[in-house]
Amino acid sequence: MASFIQLLVSGLTTGAIYALIAVGFTLLWQTSQTINFAQGEFVMLPAFFVLLAMNAGAPFLLAALIGIVLSILILGILFKFIIVDPMLKYGVLPLVISTIALSVFLKESVKDFYSSQAQPFPALVPAIDIRIFDAVVSTQSLAVLAVAIITVVALNFLLNKTRLGRQMQATAQNANLARILGVPVRRMVLYTFLLNATLVAVASILISPIYLAKFTNGETLGIAAFIAAIIGGFNQVRGAVLGGVILGVLDNLSAAYISSQYRGAFPLIILIIVILLRPQGLLGRVEERAV
Amino acid sequence: MTRAGLTIVAVALAAAVAAPFFLKPFGIFLISTWTVLTIAAIGLNLTLGYAGQISLAQGAFVGIGAYTVALLTPAGVPFFAAFIAAGFLCFAIGWALGYPALRVQHHYLAFVTLAFTTLVFLVLRNEQWLTNGIYGITGTPRPTLFGWTSSGARDFYFLCLGVLVVLSLATWWMLHSPWGRAFVALRENPVRAQSLGLDTRRYTLMAFAIGSSLGGLSGALYAPLVQFIEPNSFALGLSFNLLLMVIVGGSGNFFGPYVGALISVLLPEWLRVAQGYYLIVYSVAVMVMMAFCPAGVLGLVERASRLVDGRRKAISGTALHTGGTSK
Repeated sequence: MASFIQLLVSGLTTGAIYALIAVGFTLLWQTSQTINFAQGEFVMLPAFFVLLAMNAGAPFLLAALIGIVLSILILGILFKFIIVDPMLKYGVLPLVISTIALSVFLKESVKDFYSSQAQPFPALVPAIDIRIFDAVVSTQSLAVLAVAIITVVALNFLLNKTRLGRQMQATAQNANLARILGVPVRRMVLYTFLLNATLVAVASILISPIYLAKFTNGETLGIAAFIAAIIGGFNQVRGAVLGGVILGVLDNLSAAYISSQYRGAFPLIILIIVILLRPQGLLGRVEERAV
Repeated sequence: MTRAGLTIVAVALAAAVAAPFFLKPFGIFLISTWTVLTIAAIGLNLTLGYAGQISLAQGAFVGIGAYTVALLTPAGVPFFAAFIAAGFLCFAIGWALGYPALRVQHHYLAFVTLAFTTLVFLVLRNEQWLTNGIYGITGTPRPTLFGWTSSGARDFYFLCLGVLVVLSLATWWMLHSPWGRAFVALRENPVRAQSLGLDTRRYTLMAFAIGSSLGGLSGALYAPLVQFIEPNSFALGLSFNLLLMVIVGGSGNFFGPYVGALISVLLPEWLRVAQGYYLIVYSVAVMVMMAFCPAGVLGLVERASRLVDGRRKAISGTALHTGGTSK
């Protein structure tokens, strides 16, 4: 039982991070039909912004802030204007290819210009083990969980309770109708890119103390985000959160109780089953296809 | 095909036959790799270019083909039997994977095939009793045909080139048969193809299965070519690479895969000066190309020739026009 609780907590921790990444991923898809194959690298990169800032002498919290701002500038604004905008007119496929190339570009750039070694990354809080019943839980996981939950709640508040968020949702659901109703659609699309950049930066700062900052981190994280988004439902923020949490927990439990060798396989099998039985995802709506 | 097109193909073929006599062993290895990758890329072009489905499973099929040959030939099965078995096996697996997966399309299919590739990689790595895990399989023998042995680098290149030519002709014939025209219809406009009574789902599935079997045949040559196969060679990277080859060459264009594979094989050598930065340069080039010409290198060539043609037509058009008015 104790080990079960431990596994559950660590599963929830990684699941919460997956959820953040997956939410950004679905937001981009909804508002601009961008399938970002570089999403994993987007999570890998901000940790190096933070490290650069710290190398320049900034204290951790300031460095984290700088990392988030740089991420918004580069992974939000530059990404939208340089990569996405020129390609939207060609449809989905060229953009997919381009983001695949972008993921290679980011990965190789970090490897060549920073380091190919895993870099230690400061944690949010000092690691102290606390005992809950019989299980040993680290304060680090709890802090990650707390930050992730606060971020998701804040995001939900933004999307559902504010005028801005409602305009973004309207853009996501039907851009033409939103435009007729006076929503500044182009600006809303830009905001989702900024939001995605913020989310990946937060995820990066949360996950790097656990995995260390390494140029290959994006490979598994990106796939995890896709899978979470598909399991939960590509067109729902709630779905992406649910998918991320399910994925994190199942990944940990199956590795412990079924087979650690095939650890990577369980999420994929779940993915295939969900796609075949319920392609719109657990919470998703069926998308109408325009001819 | 036009006369100019035929000439270009004949010249290219002559160059391919003459090339190994002017190259060092490493050069011969490179052009052999080109033939093998081209076969896989032709298969992916059927799926991607004609049926319009993003598949990230082609690298896995190359792996399945390679392991089929590497496991069967030491057991005493003749190479060509193993070669054909690899093709059939991948056709069957492609059909079995595509049948349910093609219910969902486009980006969903990309993810299903991505999952498949990773699963195949895990099986190759973990099932040591069969595949020898991460230690890989070495020394797959090169085949002997009617007493002619292809164990030398140049001889094996000619074998690969021969297989490539045969498979190219078969694909060409298939795409131009009444039955294969459906693939072209699928590429041009899937909705219209369906409204004309084509069973688009069945044709998409056929394109995927045939494409997969070409991947398997490519792998069947890959194992004796490199003489050492291990699971990492067939991980997601290869599938991405093949996808880029088809796109860079020009997807949906019959000769796209040949050009794309050539670029992918030669570029690292040309960019030796860039050393470790080669992948950075390549990825930037792909992004720039997608932004300005998503139809690939051959799309660029086509655009250029249309420009020249257009100008010529414009000139002759005005000539006709003036002829008309003088009457």
